[in-house]
Amino acid sequence: MNKYIHVPLSAEDARSLCAGDYVYLNGTIYTARDAAHKRMYERLKEGEKLPISMDHNIIYYMGPSPARKGRVIGSAGPTTASRMDKYAPALLDLGLKGMIGKGKRSSAVKDAIVRNGAVYFAAVGGAGALLSKSILSSEVIAYDDLGTEAIRRLEVKDFPVIVVIDSTGKDLYETAILQYQEET
Amino acid sequence: MRVVDVKEVTRNIKEMCIEANHFLTADMKEALNTAACQEKSPLGRQILNQLQDNLKIAGDDMIPICQDTGMAVIFLEVGQEVHFEGGPLEEAIQEGVRQGYGEGFLRKSVVKDPVYRDNTKDNTPAVIYYEIKAGSDVVITVAPKGFGSENMSRIFMLKPADGIEGIKNAIITAVKDAGPNACPPMVIGVGIGGTFEKCALMAKKALTRPVNKRSPIPYVKELEEQMLHKINQSGIGPGGLGGTTTALAVNIETYPTHIAGLPVAVNICCHVNRHAVRKI
Repeated sequence: MNKYIHVPLSAEDARSLCAGDYVYLNGTIYTARDAAHKRMYERLKEGEKLPISMDHNIIYYMGPSPARKGRVIGSAGPTTASRMDKYAPALLDLGLKGMIGKGKRSSAVKDAIVRNGAVYFAAVGGAGALLSKSILSSEVIAYDDLGTEAIRRLEVKDFPVIVVIDSTGKDLYETAILQYQEET
Repeated sequence: MRVVDVKEVTRNIKEMCIEANHFLTADMKEALNTAACQEKSPLGRQILNQLQDNLKIAGDDMIPICQDTGMAVIFLEVGQEVHFEGGPLEEAIQEGVRQGYGEGFLRKSVVKDPVYRDNTKDNTPAVIYYEIKAGSDVVITVAPKGFGSENMSRIFMLKPADGIEGIKNAIITAVKDAGPNACPPMVIGVGIGGTFEKCALMAKKALTRPVNKRSPIPYVKELEEQMLHKINQSGIGPGGLGGTTTALAVNIETYPTHIAGLPVAVNICCHVNRHAVRKI
């Protein structure tokens, strides 16, 4: 089912999404990948504040290629989410409502998704040129020294994603392949 | 003896880094096109069509096909009649990568130390393999490798008694474990035989063989076809979201090995199986 959803993601919208829904996101999302997650996690352990609020926000696991002159961003597709599994539950417990990446998540992340009524979306891996066309603006807002791994605020228009793990814990990666499995 | 100025090497490698990150080879484009027509899952077809759109945008607007523009893997076949002048060859290669990733607006994804992880900021060093051949040609292959799929690659030191069934299990295990993480539809490079590092290198090099070209060894050709069929029955599909296109090709290379061993390496590549080849 195709849905148009405004982000940051309200609790109601998050709960309305089901594994398998094709969703177009509109609004503000943030990027963070390995190095930014490691740093945020360390700051939290030291009792410090994070550079962005997690409240109802969405983190896109993405490190873009550099923008050519006059362009908003370079290629901008998802990276493998499982590398953020160590850090994601703590962020979900702080109010993070959605994550965009690709690939499987750990059971600890799934538990945290269900516990917090959140959603894990997949964007199509390796379609970074196409996905860049749905990004209207990009601004580095923290950890500038991390280069491509800095935290960016993105304004997106009809950014295409698929719900993989919904707030009930249903996992499309597990269910969808059964439909096409022909093994003997 | 043929004299080659290393500046030629730098210039070509610079151009090839940019070319490989914006344009797939004709065989890869054709394989993706065929897959989009044959895929049975509607969502799978939609994803494959998006990949076609993505390739068009990448070429038209010069936006890298994927934001992970890879670590540059470079194969240099050098004829033994060739003499390089103008400075050290290795520096010329690294300079080509530096210029290509800088001028081509490609992502700098290489860290100086695997533990301390400071970015080198110019995507050097590349990983370089030299082969000395007969004659006076220099053949350069630039294969930028993304790490979503590289991370899912495996090596299996099988026993001779494991035989061909063991090899099949190893390939299927690696592909199933990779699943959605490796951005399917994948291309599977396999090395069988040699030593620990030789079979890994064969698996890497197998990815640079055109996906429509099968092995000249009859049993290997049959194994490639059989494995592709089996992988596409796994149900993983485009993006790992279910479907009948999980891999576009299985390319297998073999080498003699020791009486006590049967090494098998599986190097997984995503659908952005990039390489540029030039003879200079």
